[in-house]
Amino acid sequence: MLLPALYICALLLASLSGVPGILGARSGGRIASWMLAGAALCGLGVAGAVLYGGLTWRLDLPWGLPGARLALAGDPVGSFILAPVVLVAACLSLYAEGYWDGPAHAATAPRLRLCFGLAMGALVLLTAAANAILFLFAWETMALMGFLMVSAQDQDAAVREAGWIYLVASHTGVLLLFAGFSLLAAGAGGYALGPLPAGFAATPAGTWAFLLLLAGFALKAGIGPLHVWLPGAHAAAPSHVSAALSGLLLKMGLLGMFRLLAWFPDPPLWWGGLLTGVGAVSGVMALAFALAQKDLKRMLAYSSIENVSIVALGLGLALAGKSLGLPALVVLGGAGALFHLLSHALLKPLLFMGAGAVLHATGTRDMERLGGLAHAMPRTALLFTAGAFGLCGLPPLNAFAGEWILYLGAFKGVQAGGWTGAGIVLAALALMGALALAAFTRACGIVFLGSPRSDLPLQAHEPPPSMVRPMALLLGLCILLGLAPLLLAPALQRAVATLAPGLPPLRSLAPLGHLSLVTAAALPVAWAAWAIATRNPGRRAVTWDCGYARPTARIQYTASSFSQMLTEAFRWLLVPIERLPRVQGLFPRNARFQVQTPDTLLDRGLKPGAQFLGWALSRLRFLQAGHLPIYLLYVVLTLAALLAWTLA
Amino acid sequence: MNRAALILAHLGLTLALAPLLPGLVNKVKALFAGRVGPPVWQLYFDLAKLLRKTPVFSATTTKAFLAGPVASVAAPVAAVLLLPLGGAGAPLGFTGDAIAFAYLFGAARFLTILAALDTGSAFEGMGAAREATFAVLAEAALFMGLAALSRFSGSASLGPMLTAAGQGWRSAGGPLALVLAAWAIVFLVENCRIPFDDPNTHLELTMIHEVMVLDHSGPPLALVLYGASLKLWVLGALVVRLCLPLRGTWWIDWPAFLGGMVLLAAAVGVAESTMARLKLTRVSQALIAALVSGVFGFLLLLLQA
Repeated sequence: MLLPALYICALLLASLSGVPGILGARSGGRIASWMLAGAALCGLGVAGAVLYGGLTWRLDLPWGLPGARLALAGDPVGSFILAPVVLVAACLSLYAEGYWDGPAHAATAPRLRLCFGLAMGALVLLTAAANAILFLFAWETMALMGFLMVSAQDQDAAVREAGWIYLVASHTGVLLLFAGFSLLAAGAGGYALGPLPAGFAATPAGTWAFLLLLAGFALKAGIGPLHVWLPGAHAAAPSHVSAALSGLLLKMGLLGMFRLLAWFPDPPLWWGGLLTGVGAVSGVMALAFALAQKDLKRMLAYSSIENVSIVALGLGLALAGKSLGLPALVVLGGAGALFHLLSHALLKPLLFMGAGAVLHATGTRDMERLGGLAHAMPRTALLFTAGAFGLCGLPPLNAFAGEWILYLGAFKGVQAGGWTGAGIVLAALALMGALALAAFTRACGIVFLGSPRSDLPLQAHEPPPSMVRPMALLLGLCILLGLAPLLLAPALQRAVATLAPGLPPLRSLAPLGHLSLVTAAALPVAWAAWAIATRNPGRRAVTWDCGYARPTARIQYTASSFSQMLTEAFRWLLVPIERLPRVQGLFPRNARFQVQTPDTLLDRGLKPGAQFLGWALSRLRFLQAGHLPIYLLYVVLTLAALLAWTLA
Repeated sequence: MNRAALILAHLGLTLALAPLLPGLVNKVKALFAGRVGPPVWQLYFDLAKLLRKTPVFSATTTKAFLAGPVASVAAPVAAVLLLPLGGAGAPLGFTGDAIAFAYLFGAARFLTILAALDTGSAFEGMGAAREATFAVLAEAALFMGLAALSRFSGSASLGPMLTAAGQGWRSAGGPLALVLAAWAIVFLVENCRIPFDDPNTHLELTMIHEVMVLDHSGPPLALVLYGASLKLWVLGALVVRLCLPLRGTWWIDWPAFLGGMVLLAAAVGVAESTMARLKLTRVSQALIAALVSGVFGFLLLLLQA
């Protein structure tokens, strides 16, 4: 009984964390942080007991709605995601105290805090919901709270538009899920979520249920081409909300996909192929867009698409492993996907918090106007750079261990042969790793290093400790998991075991302990080299510049020029809007070059498409003249048509 | 040989002999040019001199400027422990070490690029941008080769993969030759060798790696140069081991491996003496050729069995 009680405690503390503030408590932010910290303790306790103690818990109460029950189940997969949700939520609340609770946001802060708490409560509920109606209820709460949080600064037209697109996309997703769950209920005989009968996957209803649910979950996770809502929403939202969106809300889509995999005992092979193909295309595409962004937060948003795509690649491997009867592939794909999900849930909030600190200090998200911030904000620079380094999947941070497991899965698939998907996973991971490196060295190097590109970085200052500490805490966790990834092995093992019965142990397939040995070999060398490099403090001079007398910061490489060769290669996809200077005559006048890269699918596909649809439908307005006799005529005509149809 | 001796042999040989490789290359180039050239251990002298010098740092730079040189030494040292040099296995070999091997160089690349951008110079920025761009293709080509060898050997560890490949030239010579071609190009690009990059010019506009380290001096420059020689050694060993059919008797294998390294250095020297540097736009085309070669090698092996 202890575990359900602790879970309910976490749920209530998180959901109600914004209530004291809205009721007029003076230090509402601080109270919310304490409540979310309490929720984190309870949630981590439950998750730890399930993942490391091997316990499970259930709670099943009646609920008035047809088909619905208040059914909660603490399974390892949900618990694996519950842990980062409650932890990061507490960190973000602490961060928000410094970031959003000032006098500048006095009007929106209590409202935002209320929505944040309710959203986090919905996430906690989603990790354990074992009934489709309850799941959809929590899902809808999450979506609505997300909308309210994204449009916190609704005096800005861009924010309103981003919020609107988010709302439309979320509700499309809910519709897809509703249809999918209805088909599942028809196949499984109820709305309880759980394993489906063998053979259901081969029926048309099973296929449609899988595709609908996959699309609904992928829309929330932001996997391309269903990512259209994501970049705008992440850029427009307050930074701690962007962090919650990217780090936590997206993960619910992935949680749903992971569950979906576990429910079907005998999926056909093309499902795995579909997931793999979509993941590969979406990941590479997202990085191409990330490389073209000048807005720091938009760039981080595209990187989120890439990371959920990596998780999708792992899920595709696991699904194919199930179809091919290769348990090693199921274990490695599932474990790698979950590990990377956790890495991203810790690292991306860290990066968004860092981007928020930059925005807080300089007032801009435009990378082309930043530069040299490491001098004014050394701690933020270090934390952001370390997080970016980790997110590129480089050793010795945590994301490397997750990607390494995925690579192992791909290698296993390649060795087994017979399925080219494994080769695609491998190639996609290698390509994405190198592209992510380019995207993140660009972000760190242009924003924090070099000389300031405008006056804005000159007045920058380090953020208050309440903003730095949560970042430091998350980075500490990432370093810990990177140095000793073996710590996560028992939890991964239990979570992956839900995918299929009789799986081999992860340890026998992936010697995670050896990764620590590699780190142990590299770090002393790095330390010795550092000692050599810093032994002589040296002299200070200017950067060598070919002997120019008057170098300026404008001769530096910019974000656009750094990625120019790569964006040029992806020109067919990015379709940038360029304004080229025209140089004429012997003494040409000052020229300007401008380039802008909108989201191709949203701004060139969906928005014009929706406008056309609106225009086309407006042609039908004459039908709605507003005269009662005409409407009566419509009724009579319809009845006559129906009568004719039944008689014929 | 027990494991401790193996670790010592790996580290000792690598740390001591790596600076010899650039010396050998330069000697071969001097012979072709009809000069006497610097002695083969010139780099040791240079390193000793640089370590005594007082470095000059740009006022624009931060600590990130030192992270590049540090990582460029640490990554190859850790990577060499994952690589079989003359023996059948690596001292630290494990399932999946091939991935860690590639990603260690990725980590060094990340920090080198940051160190370059830290100077705020257009030259270093240019080099960093090129490095980041070409790495996309080079890394993919490296991984396609690894995938091919993994398929061929049924392992994900460099020791068994390279040993099986070295012995498999008779049964799968075609695909292995394609992998070798891919890796040879990656080896030359990654080590900034002609025809892709010129380690000797000081024409910043034409360079990739060299231009990123223009502002280093004193001990950090020594680390950069030493790291570059280590990288030449480690990636060279990867290529040499792919070609050597070793049989498992250490007193034949180790000399054969060292001889292979000398031959590789000589081959690099011959290539540098007889070829001109490619136009920058051709570098990405050559890398695409490497990638395609790797992909075909992989596909041939995937469809073979």
